[in-house]
Amino acid sequence: MQFTLNGREVDVAAHPMRRLLDVLREDCELTGTKEGCGEGECGACTVLIDGQAVVSCLVPFAQVERRDVRTIEGADAQALQRAFMDHVGAQCGICTPGMIMAAMSLGADPTRTQMREALAGNLCRCTGYEAIYRAIGAAKRANRRTPLGVESIG
Amino acid sequence: MRSVVSTLELRRPRSIREALTMLRDDGPLVPLAGATDLYVALNFGTLTTTRFLDLWSLEPLRRVEMRGDVLSLGALVTYTSLTRSRLVRQRLPMLVDAARLVGGVQIQNRGTIGGNIANGSPAGDTLPVFAAADAVVVVRSASTERRIPFVRFYSGYRTTVLRPDELIVAVELPPVHGHQWFRKVGTRAAQAISKIVIAAVQGEAPRLALGSVGPVVVRARRAEEALAGGQGIDAAVAALQADISPVDDVRSTAEYRRVVAGNLLREFWTRATSQARPDA
Amino acid sequence: MPSFTEGAVGRSVARKDGMGKATGKALYADDLTFPGMLYGRTIRSTIPRGRVRAIRQNFDADGFIVVDCRDIPGKNVIALIENDQPCLVDQEVRHFAEPILLLAHADRERLLAADVDIDYELGTPVLDPATSSVVFKEIRIQKGDVDARLATAERVVEGTYRTGAQEHVYIEPNGVVAVPEDGGLAVYGSIQCPFYVHKALVTLLGDAVNHVRVIQTETGGGFGGKEEFPSGIAAHAALLALKSGRPVKIIYDRAEDMVATTKRHPSVVRHRTGMTRDGRLVAMDIDVLMDGGAYVTLSPVVLSRGAIHAAGPYRCDHIRIAGRAVMTNTPPNGAFRGFGAPQTQFAMEVHMDRIAEALGVDPVYLREINALCPGDTTATGQTLGSDCSAVETLRRAVEVSGYAEKRAATDTGRRGVGVSLFYHGSGFTGSGELRLASRAAIELTERGVQVLTSSTEIGQGTRTMHAQIVADALGVPYESIEVAQPDTSRVPDSGPTVASRTCMVVGGILQRAATEMRQRIGDASPAEYFRDHGLLRVEAEYEQPEWIEWDEETYRGDAYATYGWGCNVAEVELDPVTLEVRPLRLTAVVDVGKAIHPALAIGQVEGGTAQAVGYALLEHVVMRDGAMANGQLTNYVIPTTLDTPPIDVVLVENPYPGGPFGAKGLGELPMDGPAPAIVNAIRSLGIDVREIPALPEVLLRASARAPGSDIGGPRKPTAAAQR
Repeated sequence: MQFTLNGREVDVAAHPMRRLLDVLREDCELTGTKEGCGEGECGACTVLIDGQAVVSCLVPFAQVERRDVRTIEGADAQALQRAFMDHVGAQCGICTPGMIMAAMSLGADPTRTQMREALAGNLCRCTGYEAIYRAIGAAKRANRRTPLGVESIG
Repeated sequence: MRSVVSTLELRRPRSIREALTMLRDDGPLVPLAGATDLYVALNFGTLTTTRFLDLWSLEPLRRVEMRGDVLSLGALVTYTSLTRSRLVRQRLPMLVDAARLVGGVQIQNRGTIGGNIANGSPAGDTLPVFAAADAVVVVRSASTERRIPFVRFYSGYRTTVLRPDELIVAVELPPVHGHQWFRKVGTRAAQAISKIVIAAVQGEAPRLALGSVGPVVVRARRAEEALAGGQGIDAAVAALQADISPVDDVRSTAEYRRVVAGNLLREFWTRATSQARPDA
Repeated sequence: MPSFTEGAVGRSVARKDGMGKATGKALYADDLTFPGMLYGRTIRSTIPRGRVRAIRQNFDADGFIVVDCRDIPGKNVIALIENDQPCLVDQEVRHFAEPILLLAHADRERLLAADVDIDYELGTPVLDPATSSVVFKEIRIQKGDVDARLATAERVVEGTYRTGAQEHVYIEPNGVVAVPEDGGLAVYGSIQCPFYVHKALVTLLGDAVNHVRVIQTETGGGFGGKEEFPSGIAAHAALLALKSGRPVKIIYDRAEDMVATTKRHPSVVRHRTGMTRDGRLVAMDIDVLMDGGAYVTLSPVVLSRGAIHAAGPYRCDHIRIAGRAVMTNTPPNGAFRGFGAPQTQFAMEVHMDRIAEALGVDPVYLREINALCPGDTTATGQTLGSDCSAVETLRRAVEVSGYAEKRAATDTGRRGVGVSLFYHGSGFTGSGELRLASRAAIELTERGVQVLTSSTEIGQGTRTMHAQIVADALGVPYESIEVAQPDTSRVPDSGPTVASRTCMVVGGILQRAATEMRQRIGDASPAEYFRDHGLLRVEAEYEQPEWIEWDEETYRGDAYATYGWGCNVAEVELDPVTLEVRPLRLTAVVDVGKAIHPALAIGQVEGGTAQAVGYALLEHVVMRDGAMANGQLTNYVIPTTLDTPPIDVVLVENPYPGGPFGAKGLGELPMDGPAPAIVNAIRSLGIDVREIPALPEVLLRASARAPGSDIGGPRKPTAAAQR
């Protein structure tokens, strides 16, 4: 079945009812998208389909035919990734790919409220979310301050 | 979580007509839209069907449009689409409120009103809205089209009056007069199944509907009558208790649901009567 | 001494593993595949107590590997403290979801579709810890003469407090891959303590393998849930790999992980406290009951820490703490961040507020006059030194949070403010660290400087923090330090990654090793030294501070080398319509001795605080007939972004001289305070809550008990009023 994966046209043979998550991780060997729950609750499996964030553990593979799928491996998210590193937005890191994919929908200079709502479907157990807001804020701010988050400590 | 899927069959119609033909000739087939409940049910062991009809690419089912003064929402309209639709925000803000609370963004992008209605969960967040709005469900088969009042759409727990060859194609909303109110009480602030969910319309005849207080969504007729008849809020709260039949479950208790149902009614009524002041 | 621009300790340097995590390239257990790999599945009991009578395999056995207890070459036991927990059920079932049979197959669908039917003889389960007569451990801590002093106390306040079970919900479920190699076995997995798993496998496999090595993969959260539990899943994968001769991967799905793995011990704590009229604590009689589940696992140690902390950070001359951990026929409970102290300090801190209410004094004042100060002795008779910061953290938290003004504001009657004061012993109790005899090593190789410990990175920043300590102790740039992946065949046993010891204890050993290495290589850079002399390895062992004296029999003496100290102020808003409590803000002031990496330290406090918010308000394990009935993330809910309030963190640095650069333990301290602070905030609104989770349903019951309460609306409708 043909679809666009991280900007490339691909043709993957897989049962139409397999979860998109499994097709990505196994058939396409892209293990950056993680399974945290298989119920669509934790958001660790978030990918973009036609630019919209969805939980890939709930998407039947057939439904991405001819659609544009983006995973963390192909996401244009360097600013976010850099900021997650600089501001310790990732502790154990398992929620991070999904968190970054979901954060991509945020525009420039998002308010904290906007961040909270955009990420309400992404669970993190390590950070208490604070460092994630700091990281996203830093990435999306027009004028980036110095990395290493000195201003946010204490 | 992973379940066996190779035994599942997915038919993929390219048009609504083809979908209806398949339903008639290749049944039984269960229509599938955003699939936000499919794998959950499969993993839980509550899914008994193995043959599905994929509706996801049927664009004509995504229309939001006016037909006269009736707002028509296609069955595949997602929660995200509802929140972005100027028409829906203007005419049915309580549906937008429900859509925003149904789950995280990822679920909002995939879940559909057709799916919410067909699934018929007692906790379905849009169901009290459609009940209070006196919505009409438009269903089609290869040979017929029916319009079924939403309040008569369920015959029992998770059981609709749909025939096996019928598909929900749209939900029609007549104009709603009066202030609309929606509130969902979940197990947490986001991404939560409701413990109790309420939609209400304040008009000459108040309309009140609740979810998670019985096997199907409830139009609280007795409470409505008490309010419309001027018996006062205390009588309405008492009457409400006869309208609902909540139980204890893993999320909450019958006692909590009864008390909070009454409190929500009071809250709605306080707002509604303050709204009714001439200069409000 | 070679110069370098600036030290790493005390700076928020770039994490060693940041890039891999942000790009999705870091490899967790389920990301690994091996040629010929099979998938494993665990068949578990569906009754809480009884005996297995018959097992029927109703599937085509072609391609399947099936393992039962008879396939165990060594001992059918998961070695831990007591060896009472079998790896696989022989006949006796002691809890729901107990592992009975193991299956493996290359095709996951066939594996999942395999139907196994088990006949049981049902027994009568013990489900209420209060009625259990099987005691895993009893502890008694005594100071002074409690009965005598209680009898003469001017005021006495009593109370009973309850905490529920809590599920870790690490976002990565448990998972391992066992791989046969060279007559032995390699086990890769999501593991906090590789040497615990190693010991368990050696006991289980005996002579069947000539070696076992355990390698930790990138781990998506642990919180104690991957401290002792992985020995079981690793044992299962190992048995399947042994029998098949092929790699076997077992990854739990979320439902299985929630239902079958360890949880925080539920507790019931009773206090009877005597005080002077003006609020000085004079006598504390405390009873601690913990539900251990079906097997001993770590219950004795959880009880120990819980009991030692049960009197809170307060001065009192007469204390008795009687604790017991008992058996119930439920899945065994185990380690979870805080390890008994969140339970007993919940009780102490809510009890303090009840004392304040009874005496009519301010809760902060009550704590301030009773807080431990340097020179005071604890319940076990330990004299505290200048590294005690109870009063300082209390004052800072009150100041930073604006507690006084908020407490005085009673206009809405819906916003409450509560406080809690708490502490947490760093490292293993008493002589525990001595027994562990942990070791850590540093190597100079052609690649540079490498740190070798069995301490695991589970998100808290182990790799980074160890590298910082070694860099500064050795006098080389942080960027030049590499941290080896914990592989039991390569790294020394540094003890488990638990008990808030990874920085203070293991980091301390590394500091000494690095200092010694610097002495050995003189002024040369590592590269120069390697060029001239080749490989160099320096290994150091834990050295107990000489002043520590502890009596394991009487539980008296220096329970911990030092303590972290903390204070939380919680602001909440109550919705009277739904009785939902919305946390508005959490202030956390913590003394960590020295923040080796400020951003990581703050991250630990923020994360632990959020996890404790869930413990306080949301996380409810619903048990039915000895099984978790809400084992899905849909129904067991942890805080989302919208449930987590802003968390204001202040790090205080009152150094512990025995810790590297003054560092104390940090990881668990933040878990001890938020729940009672939140409940105390609810209490300030007049609702008598004494248990967690403080669900709206709990508040409803509590307010129904309160005379004259109008929370939740009138119980019965008043006579219909005409409008």
